[in-house]
Parts: sequence; structure tokens; C-alpha cells
Amino acid sequence: MTTLLQRLIALLPPGRTLLDPAQLAAYESDGLTAFRSTPLGVVVPESQEEVIALVRFCHAEKLPFVARGSGTGLSGGSLPIAGGIVIALNRLNRILQVDPAQRIAVVEPGVVNLAVTAAARPYGLHFAPDPSSQSICTIGGNVAFNSGGAHCLKYGMTSNHVLGLKAVLATGEIVEFGGASREQVGPDWTGLFVGHEGLFGVVLEVTLQLLPAAETFHTVLAGYRSLEAAGDAVAAVIASGLLPGAIEIMDALALEAAVAAVHADYPPGSAAVLIVELEGPREVVAADLLRLDEILAASGAAEVRVARDAAERLAIWKGRKSAFSAVGRLSPDFIVQDGVVPRRRLGEALRRIGEMAAGSGVRVANVFHAGDGNLHPLIMYDGRIPDAFTRAEALAGKILRMCVEMGGSITGEHGVGAEKRDYMPEMFTADELDCLGRIRAAFDPLGIANPGKMFPSGEPPVMSLGQRGLHPLEQAGTISRE
Amino acid sequence: MNPGEVAKISSWDPSSTAELVEAVRAAKRVIAVGAQTKPRLSSVGSDVARISTAKLRGISEYEPSEFTFTAWAGTPVKEIATVLAERGQYLPFDPPLAETGATLAGTVAAGLSGPGRFRFGGLRDFILGVTLVDGTGRSLRLGGKVVKNAAGFDVPKFLVGSIGRFGIIAGLTLKVFPRARQTRTLSLEAEDSDALTAILTEAARTRWELDALELVPGEGRVMARLAGPESALDALAAEVLTRWPGRVLEQSAAHALWSALGEFRWAHPAGTLVKVVLAPAQVKQFVVWAEARSNVRSQVGSGGNVGYLSFPAGTASEKLPWPALTLRGVGPLWPGEKRAFAVMRAVKAALDPNGRFPDLDE
Repeated sequence: MTTLLQRLIALLPPGRTLLDPAQLAAYESDGLTAFRSTPLGVVVPESQEEVIALVRFCHAEKLPFVARGSGTGLSGGSLPIAGGIVIALNRLNRILQVDPAQRIAVVEPGVVNLAVTAAARPYGLHFAPDPSSQSICTIGGNVAFNSGGAHCLKYGMTSNHVLGLKAVLATGEIVEFGGASREQVGPDWTGLFVGHEGLFGVVLEVTLQLLPAAETFHTVLAGYRSLEAAGDAVAAVIASGLLPGAIEIMDALALEAAVAAVHADYPPGSAAVLIVELEGPREVVAADLLRLDEILAASGAAEVRVARDAAERLAIWKGRKSAFSAVGRLSPDFIVQDGVVPRRRLGEALRRIGEMAAGSGVRVANVFHAGDGNLHPLIMYDGRIPDAFTRAEALAGKILRMCVEMGGSITGEHGVGAEKRDYMPEMFTADELDCLGRIRAAFDPLGIANPGKMFPSGEPPVMSLGQRGLHPLEQAGTISRE
Repeated sequence: MNPGEVAKISSWDPSSTAELVEAVRAAKRVIAVGAQTKPRLSSVGSDVARISTAKLRGISEYEPSEFTFTAWAGTPVKEIATVLAERGQYLPFDPPLAETGATLAGTVAAGLSGPGRFRFGGLRDFILGVTLVDGTGRSLRLGGKVVKNAAGFDVPKFLVGSIGRFGIIAGLTLKVFPRARQTRTLSLEAEDSDALTAILTEAARTRWELDALELVPGEGRVMARLAGPESALDALAAEVLTRWPGRVLEQSAAHALWSALGEFRWAHPAGTLVKVVLAPAQVKQFVVWAEARSNVRSQVGSGGNVGYLSFPAGTASEKLPWPALTLRGVGPLWPGEKRAFAVMRAVKAALDPNGRFPDLDE
């Protein structure tokens, strides 16, 4: 009689399975560091065949598994399942094909997001989805959580750029959906798969759409004396008929953090900073920027700065994309929220978040994708203080409920994961959750693929009071949160 | 279903979600029909009752500042386009057969996008939420009403192309975009099919960010559309014409051409119309295939990602080497390559456990 672990070790060539507690520690949590759980083991397969063998093994043994890329997810989506295994896909990192004529790339799930654009760049192409963690997050994770980024207003989410995929389902079945075409006949199986949060199986190969790289950017940073004025400027830009690539806002606390962390240079005294980026052929941008200038000039901005070159543009984005990890300087711990409200209610939502924060004595910084109505309140707490996390989490819950009540969503781009599963009933009825559950069961009748995520459950996710704070990669400045 | 059962149903043309739920629950087997502009999709056995979406009509929510609207299933897409245009917005994927009367849910169920899908994506990229009555007769609101939402599986996207086999759509929420101020349509000449396909692949990769890129059926020409601010378009158009011979079309001629493409006026009257999924690398094979058949007319759209084939009235498509769907006329629903996986049946059973809606192969 062999044990489960012995059979697991025997399944793949030596060295693939990590069981040492010191090795497992690195996989205990993802970007949501407040939740931790130790898996039975971590397996690091090196080929699609090995992943297929692993998933079929899990199916035969009824062994829960969670697939994981770089672990940058912010919803605890790759939190290990106690008694289950982690399938770490980082070594499935081959770019199998870049086809400039068809404007596609075929990649394995462990390929890093930015590596796709790097491979496409020589052909004048790029991969549009750009989560803030794009220098390290993987395509497999982007597909599982339908990741967004700063440019969703114009380009959409990951799902809008996935043309096809190959996956091994939790049943062991190997499926191929879609392909090199942007069109399809029959139901959109690819579309259903993207955003599955690891609950259907493991993606082995993804066909991505590449777009022509924008020829010209026009990036503007405007400082405002109030958050409302910045919000009004967003409304004016939207009403003008312009379609910017990105519209972002940072509030005073987020600005303070960015200044402290990366010495970002913002108009002094700003209560909010607005970033608007136009992109496209130079003739189009030249015409659109005149309209944008007029709008911003009339918007009561205290100061408007235009990036004069690529370096200045990158500096603006660096300040924006590092804002969240920068908050680590203001607070030892924080929760990133991801709710969405109708764009026209942004001002009201921010006011109410401010009131709720003041009422519960918790500090909240705001950085958000204003063009999408996608909020990222940063709820700060000190995990060493008893009840601090509980109070922060309670405020986070109130914010999510407010988003749903306003007609929005509990998550715009981070996914439900372990973190927001108990808020799903705020958004969906019992019948609707049952329908989603049935779909899940069609792909995974045994419930072994990433159980404990997306669906509400009586069992709380495991939370550790030991290690806290920034993700180690965040501390090193390698990644940042969206 | 026996005739006695039919008589008990009050609303085969329901005018509310509640009436739709009642109708679905009352029917043993049922399928939704809209304006019947793609009639092959719902031509299933006589044992299947038809629920008309004709009275599920109208835009229920439209907030231009949100770039979203919500409309009832049977709302004609032309009606929606008119309302959006009043606020300078549009559905960028140019829903086909709009002038013929296509409905919003019919367009979703058929999974059809027109020439404009080239630039910003197709219907799948603009659908946000759905109210669906599933096979157990429950009304379900899935997806969201805001432009960005990652909560729950993306059932709205799944329904694009699902031809009514998984549920009946009561209403939909879609994303819209501001419409570019002006357009220019260029007609680009090509000597042969090699030259045609070369234009498609090369033009798709340029800095110009073309708005649409289609082959003109039966002619050795490519139609390219530029969209943007007036002051930019002439310079861009001039540059395109230094790359390939051609000309800028008058606005009225351009409008007529795009309309004819969107309405499939090039196809055989009362003939068989088939949508074909193409990878850009397959365009030449497709063009050669169609040219070799004297009774076949064809179109290639969206930079070589979709083809359409037309056969004379009463003629079915032959077996095709690409994935394909017959939209109207006669012959098999799926005349081309088709993948089948066990999970597809399982998902069908999840949404429609009693087989109330026809099977995908029916």
C-alpha cells in the first residue's frame, strides 16, 4: 500500500514535488497576504503532459488542487486548499507561436504578461491587457481571473483578447475552444472559460489577440483642489465623445504615498490627480488632444501637465502603478478593494467611502480606474492591533454592498476568489448562484478544482495572524497592485 | 406537445419576464424566435413550440455617460442604433441585418457581428449582462450592468452564438462607444487572390487603426474604412493610397456599400447563407474554394476572420472544411468542422436539464 504522497511523487520525474515546509511557505498565500493556508504539497510540472497527468491523478484520487502562476492575484484566488496540492505553472512558460500576419500569439499559461508584448513588439504589435503586475503576473492567471488594467476603457479585459484555449478539465478531459480566428460559430466556450477562477480545470495553451501598437500617446496629468472636481472632469471627457485609452484618479492620501515611495512629482496641494491618456495614429491624437485640452482647461484644474516624451509618460504611470505598494509606507497592512459603481455615481461613492471610513476610524486611500467606475479603495490597518483587520474587513464589506446597491459589481478585475465569495449573494440570487454552481459542476463534478473560491461557503478562508504586510515581491518593488 | 397543451398557454408572445417564465414552464419543448432574419437557426421539429420576442421590446435603461444600455430581447437593433446615434454613440460591431429587422437577442443568439468588429471587437466584446430564462423556468440575471465586472462565470458571453439552445433571453445589457466624428471609405484594387489577401493581412497591422476591412463580394477589391476626427482622415487616407492603388469613395456610395454588406444584399435572393469561421491564414483557401464553384457567392470580412457563403435558393451548402453555421435557407445547421467534448453536453444539462430547448445539433 502506498500513500497518496508517495503516489504523487512517483507520478512525475524527481524534483517536481515540493514537500518541505520551508518550500511550501512560499506558496501559502498570493497577493492577498491576509489569507494563508499550507498545502499538502506543491508540484512544479514542466510540460503540458505532466499537467494533464497531475490533473487526472487528482481526479482519480479526489485530491483538490489549485493552479497558480506568479501568485499576484488580489482576491486569494490561488490560496492553497488545506489537504490539496498547488500546481505551479511557472515552468510552462513557452511562447509557442507569434504570428504577425494573423496578429496572434499562442502561449503557455506560465508566460508572463509583459513577455507577450515583448515578443510582439518587433512586429509593431502588442498585447493590450496591462495589469499593474504585468511584469510578473502570468497569462494563466490573467485568463483565470479575467484581469483588467489601466486601459480597459478602450480595450476591454483579458477575455476580449483571448481567441482560443486548450485546457485539461477537472474531469481529465482535454478540450480545445476557439482558435486563431476572432470569430466563432456556436456558443462562446472560450468566453465562458475566461474568468473561471481555476474552477474548471487548468489552461494549457492560450491563443491571444495582438493589436497594432499605438503610434502616439498623449498623456496628461491634472491636479485638482477637490476629488469632486476631478470626477467632474472625467464626466466632461466622457461626454465629449473622446475615447481615451485610460482615465485614472488618485486621491490625496494615495498621492502622499506615491510621493513618499517613488518621489513622484505631483502638483503641490492637489486633493486629487487625474491622468488621461489618448493614443492612436498621430493625426488622430493631434486632433483629439486639442479637444482634451479645452475640456481640461475648463475643468478648474489647478495645474495641467503634459508628458513631453516617453520618459515623462513612464514617470506618470510609475507614480500611478506604484501607488498601492507605496501605501505600505503609510500603513503596515492594507486591503485592496475592487468594486465597481456606475461612472456617474463615482463622486457619491467616494463621498460615502470617506464617511464610512471616518465613521469606523479606518484610513482609506483611493486610486481608481475612473473611466470604468472601478474603485480601488485601499483600506489600511495594523495587523498587530487586535480587531484591526476585522474592522478593516467590515468596512470593505460595507463598500462592496454600496457598490452592489448602486448597480455596480463587487469586483471589476480582481475576481471573487476566497476574499469576496461571501458577497456573491449580494449580487446574485440563490437561483443565479445555483445556475453558476451547476455550470461549475459540469466542468468539475467532484469539486476538486480550486474549491472554496467564488461560491459562498460556511467555512471561512484561512487567515493567518502571523506573517502580514506586503507581498515579498511587492517589498522588493518587483510588482505592484492595480 | 399536443394542441390541447398549446391552448392553455396565454402568452406565446409574452410581454414581460413573468409571462416569458410562464410560457417556458408551460412548454415541454420550446425555442425563442425574433424577427426571423436567420430562420435556419430556429427551424427545428414541429414538436418544439415557438415563443416570439416581438412584445419584449424597447430600451429599458440608457445612460449615455455609462456607455451602457439595457434593452428587451426583441428590440430591433435598428431602433437601438437610432437612439444611440442621438447621443453620438453606437454599437461598434455593426450588427448585421439591422435594416432587415434583426432583433438584439436574435443577433446575440446567432453570434453575428458586422464590419465594424474589426477595430474594437465583436458582439462578444460588448455584451455585459443578460436576463435569461433557463430550462428549469427560472429567470436569472447574469453578468452585470456596468462596463467592468468580473463576478461569476461569463454566461452572457457564452450565450453569443448559442442559438437559443441553453435558455431564452429576456433582456440584455451591452456596452457602447462614442462614435467617431467622420469616416472615409477606401476601395483598394488587387489583381488576384494573393494580392487581396496580402492587403488584408498587411493593412491590419498598420499604424492607421482601420475601422473596417472587408473584401467586396465577387470583385477584386478591398473596402477599408477609416474613422476619427475629420482633420486626421484625409492624411491617413492619402497614406493608404500610396501603399495600394485605389480611391476614396463618395459618402453616399460608401454608405450604400456598407449597408449592402451588412444586409447581405450580395447574396442569392431566398438562397442559403452560411457563416464561416476563418483564421486570416485561411482566407486564400476560402477565396479559391468559392471561386471554383460557379453557383457560390462569397464575402470575407473583419480582416479575414469571417467568411460568408451564399448558395442559390433551395441549394444546401456542401460539407465545408471550416467551422460554419447555416443562417438561412436549407441544409445542415453546421455544414463545417465541429468539435465535440463531453463537457458541452454537461453544460447543456446544467442549464437545460430536461431538454426543454432543442439540442445544438437539432
